[in-house]
Amino acid sequence: MSALGTSGNPYDAIVVGAGHNGLACAAYLAKEGRKVLVLERRHLVGGAAVSESLYPGFTYSVCSYVVSLLRPWIIRDLELVKHGLKIVPLECSYTPQPDDAGLCRWPDPDKTREEIRRLSPRDADTYPEFGRAVSRLSRFVKPFIDSPAPDPLSLKPKDLWQLMGMGRAFRELGDDLTALQFKLTTMGGVDFLREWFESDQLIAPMSCSGIIGTFLGVNSPGTAYVLLHHYMGEIDGSSRAWGFPVGGTGAISEAIASSARSHGAEIRCNAAVEKILVKGGKTYGVALQSGDELHSKTVISGCEPRLTFNTFVGAEHLPDEFVTQVSRYKARGSSGKVNIALDRWVDFKHRPGDGMHVRGDIAIAPSTDYLERAYDDAKYGDFSKKPYINLVFPSLLDRNMAPPGKHVMSCFVQYAPYDIKEGPSHWPEKREAFGDAVVDTLADYMPGLKDAILHRQVLTPWDLEQDFGLTEGNIFHGELGLEQLLFQRPVAGWARYKTPVKNLWLCGSGAHPGGGVMGAPGGLAAKEMLKQRAV
Amino acid sequence: MPRHTPFHPRTAALCHSYAWKEWAGQLAVCNYDRHSEREYFAFRHNAGLIDVSPLYKYDVRGPDAADFLAHVWTRDCNKLKPGRMYYGAMCNEDGHTLDDGTIANLGEGLFRATTSEPWLGWYGRHSRGFDVSIEDVTDRIAALSLQGPLAREILQGITDADLDALRFFGITSCTVAGQAGHISRTGYTGDLGYEIWVDPDGALPLWDALQTAGAPFGMQPAGLDAMDVTRIEAGFVLQGVDYVSAKSCITESLKSTPDDASLGWTVKLDREGWIGRDALLRERDAGGSKWQLVGLEIDWAELEQLYDSYKLPPHLAPHASRAALPVWNADGKQVGQATSSTWSPQLKRYIALAQVHRPYAAEGTALTIEHTPEFERHRITATVVDKPFYNPPQKTFTPAKAKAKKEAVA
Ligand SMILES: Cc1cc2nc3c(=O)[nH]c(=O)nc-3n(C[C@H](O)[C@H](O)[C@H](O)COP(=O)(O)OP(=O)(O)OC[C@H]3O[C@@H](n4cnc5c(N)ncnc54)[C@H](O)[C@@H]3O)c2cc1C
Repeated sequence: MSALGTSGNPYDAIVVGAGHNGLACAAYLAKEGRKVLVLERRHLVGGAAVSESLYPGFTYSVCSYVVSLLRPWIIRDLELVKHGLKIVPLECSYTPQPDDAGLCRWPDPDKTREEIRRLSPRDADTYPEFGRAVSRLSRFVKPFIDSPAPDPLSLKPKDLWQLMGMGRAFRELGDDLTALQFKLTTMGGVDFLREWFESDQLIAPMSCSGIIGTFLGVNSPGTAYVLLHHYMGEIDGSSRAWGFPVGGTGAISEAIASSARSHGAEIRCNAAVEKILVKGGKTYGVALQSGDELHSKTVISGCEPRLTFNTFVGAEHLPDEFVTQVSRYKARGSSGKVNIALDRWVDFKHRPGDGMHVRGDIAIAPSTDYLERAYDDAKYGDFSKKPYINLVFPSLLDRNMAPPGKHVMSCFVQYAPYDIKEGPSHWPEKREAFGDAVVDTLADYMPGLKDAILHRQVLTPWDLEQDFGLTEGNIFHGELGLEQLLFQRPVAGWARYKTPVKNLWLCGSGAHPGGGVMGAPGGLAAKEMLKQRAV
Repeated sequence: MPRHTPFHPRTAALCHSYAWKEWAGQLAVCNYDRHSEREYFAFRHNAGLIDVSPLYKYDVRGPDAADFLAHVWTRDCNKLKPGRMYYGAMCNEDGHTLDDGTIANLGEGLFRATTSEPWLGWYGRHSRGFDVSIEDVTDRIAALSLQGPLAREILQGITDADLDALRFFGITSCTVAGQAGHISRTGYTGDLGYEIWVDPDGALPLWDALQTAGAPFGMQPAGLDAMDVTRIEAGFVLQGVDYVSAKSCITESLKSTPDDASLGWTVKLDREGWIGRDALLRERDAGGSKWQLVGLEIDWAELEQLYDSYKLPPHLAPHASRAALPVWNADGKQVGQATSSTWSPQLKRYIALAQVHRPYAAEGTALTIEHTPEFERHRITATVVDKPFYNPPQKTFTPAKAKAKKEAVA
């Protein structure tokens, strides 16, 4: 490789942050022969898609832990399977109840039907109908996930739903368009689901996807839309949406990094960026915290937008209106993560054993009231005493995650508001109490839990911000609310990865199409830059 | 009524789907669940266990055993060392492929050949003048195939064979699950894998031992459907599907030479004295085989667009398809047919094996293939790509050899 990039600069592109999106962006650019350097603050790549061993013999998927949206075209283009990617489908979605066997939703529709019939024969029949309706909807949404945000100027000033083709989708589904439009934007997830189902035990776990990563309750207006957004997972021919990456989520980042390196990208860890260097409205490189300066034709930030603009760039280099809009960007953290090393298998009270029912995700969401009460705590600046928990046992899906006979437990927890009443910086004092609330809640369903815990890692929103650069601890680099998706992500007018600073681009979850381990912002940003010959 | 394999009591108890098919006159599981997805992922991520007892198996003994096998198979069995196996093909006098399979040198003058079709009559007719005895041992050997990246760890727990040292296409006699048997490092999934050969009386204890050893590793019993997807990913042809044994072809045009069936690499034309050589020499002199079996990747973006025009999300069957699909060149002339096709769940690619006219066999050639959403015929782009589609390093890796090499360096 020549000493200089094709642009005559030391690098054609410097990517700030080796999250999976930054890595994907780097891989695509390197694949096209660009000279790319990725700079990562931490000692390892992955960002919020990372596996770490914090207790000997056990591996945690520290933040994200399951995937559904990782784009198939990225898997193909970057040859991720050759670079070690393996994703095992989840076997079940289990919602235990404190006093009975609870509900298992299986990939086998007949088995699921039998389960739901116990709650409501009517719901049992409606359930597949709902699935089909959503899958038809997803056809309209998918193009938006897999291409840059539509340019609103090129469209007639119709409303957003029309734009997304959603209107068309709903009309085909036989529902009245305007009514549905109204419903999705104004309804809470629970109300929306109640139009389909009657069993609260079924509605409760289904409504949870409407609140993940948002500071909203299952009854809050707008969660109906978020709920659908999450349901539109993968529709590329495989029959099951959610999977667990062998080796933990970090293995995805590792595979992308390996692909990037195979194309010549350079990845440097322990290299924290202090500033993105701007002169005359144009970036020319970055300054590291170590004091070094690195020059490049373009800089691409894979970090959260507010970190990028407020901290790395600085308001002085940005138009006032842009600064205002960035400050309005909603990224209220509402979740935490607890990773636990277990000395042995711990049974669920009413469905014992380590069979298929626990080889998927397990939702602590016994009723919609339970979920709403969890939100109540958060509204008044406290973590939920009885939170919603989404639980996975990675060691049951990949035995290398824990020593033989032992297990790891990955608990995604909501709500843990960033803004606790004492102030966010007081989170460290409450960290263990938050961890205890999670363990206490789980112990209601798994009586033997407490005695089996060998180690636990508690991540509060404060930790997510301090350790992972997620501003306010928002897991998606900004909420996935309708108002900040598509051509409004992160900021209206700047949704195509470009920024007001010339040669500075965005490629992280704060850009279209948003958060989750999908690689789309990274891949699409690179494609857009190449298309525009920006690099 | 197809017969039961020695593992039937176990496989039947687990086959909740009741999906069986006939394989060489015996009942074989298609998939245990309603669909084969879990079994597929077991093959790819942990290990899948499949009953392969129906394979035809022949023991060949006697002073001329190697000579005889070298005569009826495309491989030079005189060079096959004890403890080694060949993959090869058999041809008729016209150079058309009869079958493909494996030949093992079990030592002390004993060879064992496995095939998809019965060949005792053929062997008998062509053994005149060779001092050999040929025995059909199909029903005297129960066989399981354990395939997947964790296969070695699982199997090592129940055998005294040194699996770290057993090379790709090696075979060893050993004690396995407390009984005498053979383990070969072979399979049909294109991954690390072993086949375990025992007396039918020991079949159930072998199954049980493997189930116990495999459970902590996420091993799953698997059926033919899951294996079909993996073998296409691995680029392996299936007799009766990707090519048809010349003995079953009613028309000449259906017959395939080894080259046509992508088995050409097992053929050495400069070796003398084997059935089919003369015809294949003549074919070579006349310009070579007219067909070639290639890998195709079907353009997914185009397929999505096609479904979108029907207001549908793209949809493919969740299993491999054996429906032959016509393949055309850029001018719209039919130049071949895809014989096996499947969605690859892990590669996220729609792939196929196809026989095409040789001029269209070069990697990168853009062809079109038939696709019929909503019963209407369409053509979408399919590009010739390199086989295998999936080829993980552990398929051929020998830990003991790597270790010895490292020590030598140190
Ligand atoms: C607790 C939690 C659970 C989640 N669960 C799931 C899930 O199960 N499924 C799912 O799909 N999604 C989940 N998500 C969301 C998903 O993980 C993220 O949306 C995604 O990983 C973000 O990827 P990214 O590349 O855009 O950004 P990031 O992964 O945030 O990458 C940004 C990178 O920049 C680095 N960085 C920060 N500051 C600097 C600096 N000064 N200099 C250099 N580098 C810097 C960071 O260390 C990081 O590596 C979860 C997120 C969290 C936090």
